[in-house]
This record gives sequence, C-alpha cells and structure tokens, in this order.
Amino acid sequence: MEAYLPTIFAGMMGLSLLIYVILDGYDLGIGMLLPFGNEDEQDMMIAAIGPFWDANETWIVFGVGILLVAFPQAHGLVLSTLYLPVSAMLIGLVLRGIAFDFRAKAVAEHKERWNRIFTCGSLLATCAQGWMLGSYITGLRQDATGLLFSGLITLCLPSLYLMLGAAWLLVKSEGSLFDKAMRWARLALLPMGATLLLVSLATPLVSSTIAAKWFSWPGLLQLSPIPLISIAAYATMLWMLFFREQPLHRRHWLLYGWLIVICVLAALGLAYSILPDIVIGRMTVTEAAASPASLWFTFWGAIIVLPTVLVYTIVVYRIFSGKASPLSYD
Amino acid sequence: MDLDPVLLARAQFAANISFHILFPAITIGLAWLLVYFRVRYTRTRNQDWDQAYQFWVKIFALCFAIGVVSGITMSFQFGTNWPGFMNHAGNIAGPLLGYEILTAFFLEATFLGVMLFGKDRVSHRMHLLACTLVAIGTSLSAFWILALSAWMHTPAGYVIEDGILDVESWWAIIFNPSFPYRLTHMLLASVLTASFLIIGVSAWRLRRGTDATISLLVLRTGVLIAMIAAPAQVIVGDLHGLNTLEHQPAKIAAMEAIWETGDSVPLVLFALPDEQSRSNRFALEIPYGASLILHHDPHATLQGLNEFEGEHPPVAIVFWSFRIMVGTGILMVTFAWWAGWQLLVRRRQPSPALLTMASWMTFSGWVAVLAGWYVTEIGRQPWLVQGVLKTSDMVADHEASMVLGTFVAYLALYAFVLVSFIATLRYMSLSKPRTQTAELRDKSAQMDELPRPPEDS
Repeated sequence: MEAYLPTIFAGMMGLSLLIYVILDGYDLGIGMLLPFGNEDEQDMMIAAIGPFWDANETWIVFGVGILLVAFPQAHGLVLSTLYLPVSAMLIGLVLRGIAFDFRAKAVAEHKERWNRIFTCGSLLATCAQGWMLGSYITGLRQDATGLLFSGLITLCLPSLYLMLGAAWLLVKSEGSLFDKAMRWARLALLPMGATLLLVSLATPLVSSTIAAKWFSWPGLLQLSPIPLISIAAYATMLWMLFFREQPLHRRHWLLYGWLIVICVLAALGLAYSILPDIVIGRMTVTEAAASPASLWFTFWGAIIVLPTVLVYTIVVYRIFSGKASPLSYD
Repeated sequence: MDLDPVLLARAQFAANISFHILFPAITIGLAWLLVYFRVRYTRTRNQDWDQAYQFWVKIFALCFAIGVVSGITMSFQFGTNWPGFMNHAGNIAGPLLGYEILTAFFLEATFLGVMLFGKDRVSHRMHLLACTLVAIGTSLSAFWILALSAWMHTPAGYVIEDGILDVESWWAIIFNPSFPYRLTHMLLASVLTASFLIIGVSAWRLRRGTDATISLLVLRTGVLIAMIAAPAQVIVGDLHGLNTLEHQPAKIAAMEAIWETGDSVPLVLFALPDEQSRSNRFALEIPYGASLILHHDPHATLQGLNEFEGEHPPVAIVFWSFRIMVGTGILMVTFAWWAGWQLLVRRRQPSPALLTMASWMTFSGWVAVLAGWYVTEIGRQPWLVQGVLKTSDMVADHEASMVLGTFVAYLALYAFVLVSFIATLRYMSLSKPRTQTAELRDKSAQMDELPRPPEDS
C-alpha cells in the first residue's frame, strides 16, 4: 500500500486540477464573455457564477496544495521555474475575484470599470494557466521549442474556457442571453477543436518521451479509445450545434456534459503521457514524494474529508440548481 | 543597483502576507459576529438584528473575497519564493497547509455561497447553519495556519535526516510549545479587529445619521465585545511574551532593546537602537521595568542581544513594531472601557467626541495586527525555522530584476485594492441602506433612490 501512496496522491492532484478546469473554467470563460453581453445580460452572467466561483477556485489551491504536501521537491521546482506565469495568474485571479465583489457594491458609475477588470483578470489568469500547462508538458523546457509550445497552449486554453463558459450559460440562462450563449458556443467550438487538435499533434513532437509512449504497439491500440471517444464527443457537439434545429432539446446541460467528457479524456491522456514522472524527464512521482509519515497523515485526512467536500459541493449546486435568478444579498 | 535577493524575496513575501492578513483578521472575527446577529434575530425576531446582518454580510463578503484571492497567492509563493523551505520542511509544512485547505478552505468557500445568496432558497435553520459553518471554517483555517507558524517559532516533534526534516509526532508538531498562545492571541486579535471595525463604521454612520437605530445597536454590540476582548488580549499577550522569553530569548531582547545581559533590567520606553554601536541612543527607561514585566521580579536576570551576536533579528524594527502594537492595544482597552462606561453602564447616547474617537479607531485592529506580526516574524530572523533552518538558505534563485518587477506589480495591485476597499466601505456605509438586490437592474430608479454622499465624486 505504502508504495502506491505517491501514485494515489498524484491521482488526487490530477483529479482536483481536472475539477478545477471544469468548474473554474466556466467562471473564467464567462469572465471573458462578459463584454459581449448588454447590461442586464452581464448581471445575469455574474449571477450564473455567483454562488459557485469561490468554491470552484479552491480546487486549484487544493491541487497545488497536494503538490506541496505530497511532492515538496516538485513543488519547489515547478513553481520556481514558472515564477513569471504564476505571478501573472495570481494577479489575474486577484483582479477577477475582487472585481466580482466590487462591481455590485461600489459606486454605480464604476460598475463598467469593474466589469472590464473582471474580464481582464479572467483573460490574464486563463492565458497564464495555458502558459503554465504548456511549460509543464514540455518538462519545464525554456528553449525556443518549449516557448513556442507554451505559446500555443496559451492560445488554446481560452477557447476551451470560452466554450465551458458558454455551455454553463446555456445551463443557467434563459431568453436573449440563452440565444447569445448558443451563438458564442458555435463561435468558440471550431477554434477549440482546432487548437485541441494542434496541441495533441504537437505534444508528441516536442517530447520524445511522450511520443515513445503513444506510438508503440500494442500501446496505441489500447490507448485508441482516448482519441476516438474525444473525436466522437467533438463530432457530437458539432452536429448538435450546427445541424440540429433545436440543438439541446431542453436538455440544457448536454453541451456542458460533452465538454466534461472531453476534459476528462484529455486529462487521462495527459496523465498517461506524464506518469510515472511528475516533472517529465526531471523527477518521478516516487522520487519527489514526501516521507511516508507525511503522506499517511494527509492520506487519512483526505480520505475522510474529500468525500464530505464533494457531498456538500453537490448539496450547494442543488440548492442553486435551475436557471439563475438575479443575485440578491438579502 | 545591487539588490540582496534574500531581502527582495522577503520583502515580496512580507508584502503579500501583510496584505492578506488584513482581511482574515476581519473575517475570522466578523464571521462570528454575523452568527451572533443571526442568533439574536432568530431569538427575538427583532428586524434590527436582521438589518444589521444584511448590512454587515455584504462587507464580510467583500473582505472574504479579498482574503481568499490573496490567500491563493500565498499558497503559491511558498514554492515560488521559498523552494528550500518546501524541500527541507515540506514533510511538516505540507500536511499542515493541506489540512487547512481540506478542512477549512473548502468549508468556508462552499457555504459562503449559501450564506450570501441562499437566504431565499434554504430554510432559516439551514441558513443559520451555513453562517456557522463559514465561521467555523475561518477559525479552523486560523488553527492550521497558526499551527505551522507557531511550529516555525518553536519547532517540536521532528527528526532530521540528511538535512530533511521528518515527522516524529504530529501531536507534538501541531501542539508545539507556542501554539496555544499564538492561536489565542490571533483569534482575540481578529475579534478586536472586527469589533473596532463595526464600532468605527457604525460611528461614521451615526455621525451622518444613516440608519441610526441599527448603527447604534451595532455600536453597542461592538463596544461590549471590545470591553471583554481587549483586556483579555492584554493577559494573553503577557503570557505569550513569557512563552517567547523561554523559547526565543533573542526576540525578547530585540523587542525590549536589551543589549547586555544583566539583572534589574530597566524597561526601555523610547530609544533609537543602533546596531553599529550596539547600544540605545536617547533611551528613556523605567528602572527594573523589563525584569518586572518579563519575570514578575524586579531583580531578575535577562539575556541581552550581545549573547546572540550575528544570530539575532534586526533590533530597531522589532523594538518599534512592538511599541506600536502595545500602544495601539492600550488605546483599544482605554477606548473600549470609556465607551462601555458611557454607552452601557450610564446608558447615554454616544457623544460627538466618542463618535469621532471611534471613527479614528476603525482600523486600529489592522495596525496592531500588522505590528504584532512584524514583531514575531522579523523577530524570528535570521531563522526561518527557529534554530533549524536559516532564511537565507531557503530562498529561490531568481533574477533580482524579475522579483523586483513582480514585487512592484503586486504592490501596485494591493494599493489599488486597498484604496478601492476603503472607498467602497465608505460608500456602502454612508449610502442609505440597500435592502434591494445586489444587481442594479433598474439603475435609474436606484440612482434616484440612493443619493450618493457628497464627498464621492
């Protein structure tokens, strides 16, 4: 059992970062979409994320927390190498978070300014996260290829988040905003597909380690469900949005559901590419792991607490289920 | 320009953590005050308590959001600025921070949504539960963070193998010798920060005649709590000082600017400690004072800084921060008792003088909290973990220009947020109570309804 602890923690970290992307992805996406709504729609867009964004953001803290708890060596290496994008992301998240609260409370004339800050913060955080993901996949390489690849992912991640944002709005909104969200989803779908495809092709090109893992026999066959289901999921979304009279047939969560499928598959593919390393080519999960005593202490806590967290997260989503209503502090 | 990377990394970390602590210092205490308002409303069904809650929960939400986002910054900066700390002490620091996220961060962040926006969607009892869970979450958060902070001052329960610290006993690590004192000191500090904030803001409102009934109710509540918490803090602070004397004598020597070991040590009230000549200039002293305070015996012996030459913290800043903290504390006790005498014992209406004084003291909690943290954290230098790890060995190897660049960016951001926060706090306090929705759907109607205070341009 003890030998598996580092892998379990790596899985937990991957899971919480995946949950982060799925959940805070829609917050950040809506932040970037905000300028395209009119004033009423903007208020509704904010209302659609109001009760959730704070807890959504906590998943990245937890992910980085596990990195720190379970892999202190890697935590130092990754975060000090990614110093600049991390700082940019943090500034973005700070701006996004405070703008959310100030826009409803500050002097009404300043609301437009806070909206802009909200959008800029979301965009900055998203791009910085893309940059971090890119450098991480290349094993923190700082050469030209590495930078180019990071740049590519920096462009890719916003389209995914935009898509998640639009899909979440389809779940939470009605009327004109719903129609707009549908339009945004259609606009974002193709760029998202293109960038995801590009990234999938570029990843094995920049990393020979990853290429060797994927293009071997019979590995390729066993792994084929990941790309195949992804393509099927993407094709379904394409068909729904462009060829169906009523794209969602009152099942307004459908698009968001398919996006979750794509995110989960991408995460699985990524996990397969990276493991057993924690930083590709630099250190393995086992090498970076903290001492067993530390891991056990956190393990029991996590085993007891995480299910509780999931349960009350679901409870809160149920409390606020259905179409969003205007946010009221009363 | 030659910049010391250690100093730069410390300055950046200090700026972030100083900015961050301002908001938890409010929310830890304010969360319980809000629970109190809710409970009073539940018991009495007096609308005033409900109104008080409505008003303060919005300010709570604002403080909470700023606290959360700046807290996220902290969790990353352990790695970006102090990778050495994680490499050497990660086995101990990691799980403590991990438990903070697991038990506290998720709890407060998730139920905050229900607390803020769920009043119409859940039962009254469920809402009260959500408020309580948020309050428990904020205090639990303090529990874990203080456990780590205290452990860095009085490390216990660990073994060292090849320079890496490993766990021997979690119980000893968490309940390390200075932990109970630090936790109590910080929780009381937060209660005081929150009560002086509600006292001050209510005083602003009363001076303008905004929402007079509720403002007076909140003012009296704040004064009552401060009357109890402020003297309690003096006692806890004294005990904490004695604990520090036992474990970190160099810090005490710096706090009191005592250079030479000796008995019957005077209390230095005012001085300019000079590290070049290793003496105090312009010292104003009370004979036997320091011995009396620290050992409760006027002839007791105290260790001086010269015994720790090269291994003691910078003296002047610790000495002065300590005086600022104690001075603010004395002011708080005096004000709380004076106001309590006027408002609660003699049952008078607050006089203009009292309201002015209260307004001035709105952010006194912040001053004391920051000064106190500077005393204790700078007082730990040159150690990161007292006696085990040196700060200068733990720093990341970044280019000074990059650290400086992000440092300036953070400072600009924090200055902006702080100014916005105080401006918004004033705006919210001095405009008529907004019982409407947060979203300003009917903006023009709202504008007519809400005359803005004259000083807002």
